[in-house]
Amino acid sequence: MGTVTVTNLGKAFKQYPSRWSRFAEWLLPSHQPRHTLKWVLQEISFAVRPGEAVGIIGLNGAGKSTLLKMITGTTRPTTGHINITGRIAALLELGIGFHPDFTGRQNSILAGQLLGYSANEIAHLMPKIEAFAEIDDYLDQPVRVYSSGMQMRLAFSVATAHRPDVLIVDEALSVGDAYFQHKSFERIREFQKQGTTLLIVSHDKQAIQSICDRAILLNAGRLAMQGTPEAVMDYYNALLAEHQEQQLSQTQLPEGKLKTVSGTGEATIQEISISDSENNNLNVVFVGQKIHINILVSVNEDIDSLVLGCGIKDRLGQMMFGTNTFHTSQALTDLKKGENYIFTIACSANLGVGSYSIHASLVRNHSHIEKNYHWIDGALVFEVFNKDKIDFVGCNWNEMVFDIKTIKE
Amino acid sequence: MKILKSLWAYRSFILGSVNREFQFKYKNSLLGSFWALINPLAMIVVYTVIFSQLMRTKLPGVDSSFAYSIYLCAGIFTWGLFSEITGRAQNTFLENANLLKKLNFPRLCLPVIVVINAMVNFSVIFGLFTLFLLISGNFPGLTYLALAPLLAILVTLAIGLGITLGVLNVFFRDVGQFFGIFMQFWFWLTPIIYPPGVLPPPVQDLMRFNPMASLIAGFQASLVAKQWPNWDSLTYPAILAVLLCMLGMHLFRTQAGDMMDEL
Repeated sequence: MGTVTVTNLGKAFKQYPSRWSRFAEWLLPSHQPRHTLKWVLQEISFAVRPGEAVGIIGLNGAGKSTLLKMITGTTRPTTGHINITGRIAALLELGIGFHPDFTGRQNSILAGQLLGYSANEIAHLMPKIEAFAEIDDYLDQPVRVYSSGMQMRLAFSVATAHRPDVLIVDEALSVGDAYFQHKSFERIREFQKQGTTLLIVSHDKQAIQSICDRAILLNAGRLAMQGTPEAVMDYYNALLAEHQEQQLSQTQLPEGKLKTVSGTGEATIQEISISDSENNNLNVVFVGQKIHINILVSVNEDIDSLVLGCGIKDRLGQMMFGTNTFHTSQALTDLKKGENYIFTIACSANLGVGSYSIHASLVRNHSHIEKNYHWIDGALVFEVFNKDKIDFVGCNWNEMVFDIKTIKE
Repeated sequence: MKILKSLWAYRSFILGSVNREFQFKYKNSLLGSFWALINPLAMIVVYTVIFSQLMRTKLPGVDSSFAYSIYLCAGIFTWGLFSEITGRAQNTFLENANLLKKLNFPRLCLPVIVVINAMVNFSVIFGLFTLFLLISGNFPGLTYLALAPLLAILVTLAIGLGITLGVLNVFFRDVGQFFGIFMQFWFWLTPIIYPPGVLPPPVQDLMRFNPMASLIAGFQASLVAKQWPNWDSLTYPAILAVLLCMLGMHLFRTQAGDMMDEL
């Protein structure tokens, strides 16, 4: 069974002031080291149990790839240990080692040999690889005539021809068309069901939330947070805007959900509530009910522009729908300190049965990256029940009308 | 032991790479691997026809008209094997940086591939040469067997030097540049295309320190003079070869981690 145990892992690169100093260090070994260590990862410890799926997220340069390289064994850790049981396979960069002048078939054979398969095994796997890649007669054409998507398909098929005990996936999967993305995710899920332990690096929130049981957030070479994918993703989103001076906090709501708050505070959200059209506060909503989301905002500093974003997320943190006043051309301008605004958003709760939360944010422009005044995830949790609609599945209510006729011969 | 085991596990990769490299050379040519024969054949023709028939160069003390041609081929082809292994091994880690950085496989596969590749090329050319010896009636007979130990020492020496340089070259690219020049001097300072007798006596004395001189002399003795090589003179190259292999492995083992960061 595949497990990955990482204990107090650290990686530092040696930096020499000049080319000659390394030379001097080699020749005069008795002297003190002439290099300085640049730490890119420090004190990373975590364990992945058999069959678990763990997502690794972090900003660019947080050390994700270095961590994966150490786990796959191409880079040696400076401190700490990695303990892996089971056969490991990595989808780090697909198509590495493909030679443009050789055919897809020849390249798959070589790629398989590079993974340590014997000639017999490869011959045995070839039909499977061929069928999964779906590149038909291109397989016997040189790889240089392939599109990048076709190369990816073939490389993915080779790399996953055998179910590994531990599968490591870097963002490789974001290439390829939607059809193949689905297909490859399906295969990964299938592996997971059969007990493969997964380690996935991605910026894709949905991928992380739908596959992973747990997420690990790396920030500036350290393990910043471990937890449910939803909570870690929210924290990560808040981190994206961290280079502005702002406060970031996460509190556990009674329902067990995490509420993430961040922002620079020039304008703040004071209150969020849901009411029906007669202004009665609600915490239970019926499918399809017309509701008003009321958001009270105070302005704490003079600001030139304010956009309110509002949306509804499901219990996995996936956005059901949402928009902001920038898109509705209702951005407020020239706000003065001390002003208060009430935003009332009318919409229909066309949602499936389940638990949902309100997301609300105050930003300067249409995205929170530029300037984030106040950002609240999971602010208000409410339940949706089905009172007067037919039974249905899914996260979205939409009336379906069936019209049935018999066909006469 | 562990290294040998992991190399064995990757034998299909090693053989596949050798095979692929061989195919790649002649991939887009009409005559294909026929070129693998034509090239060495041309070399043998140049050395024999030009030197023995046109220039009528004679080797002092040997009467056969082909003697100098055989002398040349014995030295040049074996030197070629030596220089191909060292030259390619010193660049093999750099050339395969992409593979090394992304995939985890026994890294010593790479120098092994270099050696096998060079041996394949060598066997083609040397096979043709042997054929020529047989046809022209110059086959040395039993002393031909001396080639086996001589080649073993030569390959060991080459790979030991190659891995050492290969590791150093990752950190200091000067090594590759320098060694290219060094090989030129080395070639001309080894009695390959001239007999050792033409060197002034003090230089002849110094040849003791040139491991390639005694090795090449061994090849020439067994192929031209049909004598067994001077085994005593081979002790030094053999010991040096083993020492270089140990140095190479030691460097490789201690520096492999830093090497990956540097690639």
